[in-house]
Amino acid sequence: MITKVLATLAVVITGALLLYGTADFPAFGDPHSPASAGVEGGAPSISQYYITESYGDTKVPNLVTSVLADYRGYDTMFETVVIFAAGMAIFAILRVFRDEDDLEPNPTHTQGDRFIDGDHSRIIVGTTVRLVVPVIQLFALYVVAHGHHSPGGGFQGGVILGASFIIIALATDLGNALSRFSEKSYFTLAAVGILIYAGFGVLCQVLGSDFLDYGVLQKIFLTDGPEMARSHSMLGVEVGVAFTVTGIMFAIYANLSSRGTLKSGL
Amino acid sequence: MIFAFDIVILIFLVVAALIALNVKDLLSASMIFGIYGFLICLLWAEMGAVDVAFTEAAVGAGISAVLFITTVYNTRRRSSD
Repeated sequence: MITKVLATLAVVITGALLLYGTADFPAFGDPHSPASAGVEGGAPSISQYYITESYGDTKVPNLVTSVLADYRGYDTMFETVVIFAAGMAIFAILRVFRDEDDLEPNPTHTQGDRFIDGDHSRIIVGTTVRLVVPVIQLFALYVVAHGHHSPGGGFQGGVILGASFIIIALATDLGNALSRFSEKSYFTLAAVGILIYAGFGVLCQVLGSDFLDYGVLQKIFLTDGPEMARSHSMLGVEVGVAFTVTGIMFAIYANLSSRGTLKSGL
Repeated sequence: MIFAFDIVILIFLVVAALIALNVKDLLSASMIFGIYGFLICLLWAEMGAVDVAFTEAAVGAGISAVLFITTVYNTRRRSSD
């Protein structure tokens, strides 16, 4: 009892201190705050530069994508690598290759309903999923392909595309989803995604510039200036990110739901 | 940024967080955590951070809720040892 009182006291004091600290924050969206306007007498703020110059630099209307995929492209590449490493860790920890299964079989799983039509108790869910999944996948591809013109991009589109396969696994059976998107293909897709991203960087180096300095790719894309080359390269690296995220999201689900056997899922 | 709308979302956010912490059933807790994710997504969209809101809707409310439920289904109430 006394520990609970002490814990509550600690939480309340910490919360009060945090609230007291927020009193010094500038107002929401204040154009004169140090983050937006820069420090007086110091260098001008970098956010001002992005807001005024990024469209001229890259011809990408979505400021967030141009910062993430171009100005901070090196960060985003290693974020993608982190996702890939998460998938590898899940594989290393959970995946089991034994044939004889000494783990208890999952009680929620019923045998022999690999296909939607064979199982009448799942016919409503199965039919709905079969109608909805193509729309979800089309939307995911739109989010990836249109990410530099509207909200979205590789991460979001990749997650939605991975979720469409998870929906198939949830509505029917893990085996059914794996027959469409096997272990070999999702890990290959994840690795190819990073290869595409890093490939854009190396290609810039080959053409005599810095790593991930997309402007030099105008010799390959045959655009008028470096701006459109940067726009096209952003689309390219977003596709790479989407590949990795799609593969790893489904890999995590498949390994978690079947306890690493990839046989009897949820 | 609409102040009244902000307050309503924040109240729902605190309520959802408290319910998710206090509810006994782990499955309900992960569902309510999904609701919490959607409320945060709403808050971000309302503040104009549409890209972040999109990510939160896809990852926080969508995938992580599914992964939580998957993990809950693979656990039992009693430990085996």
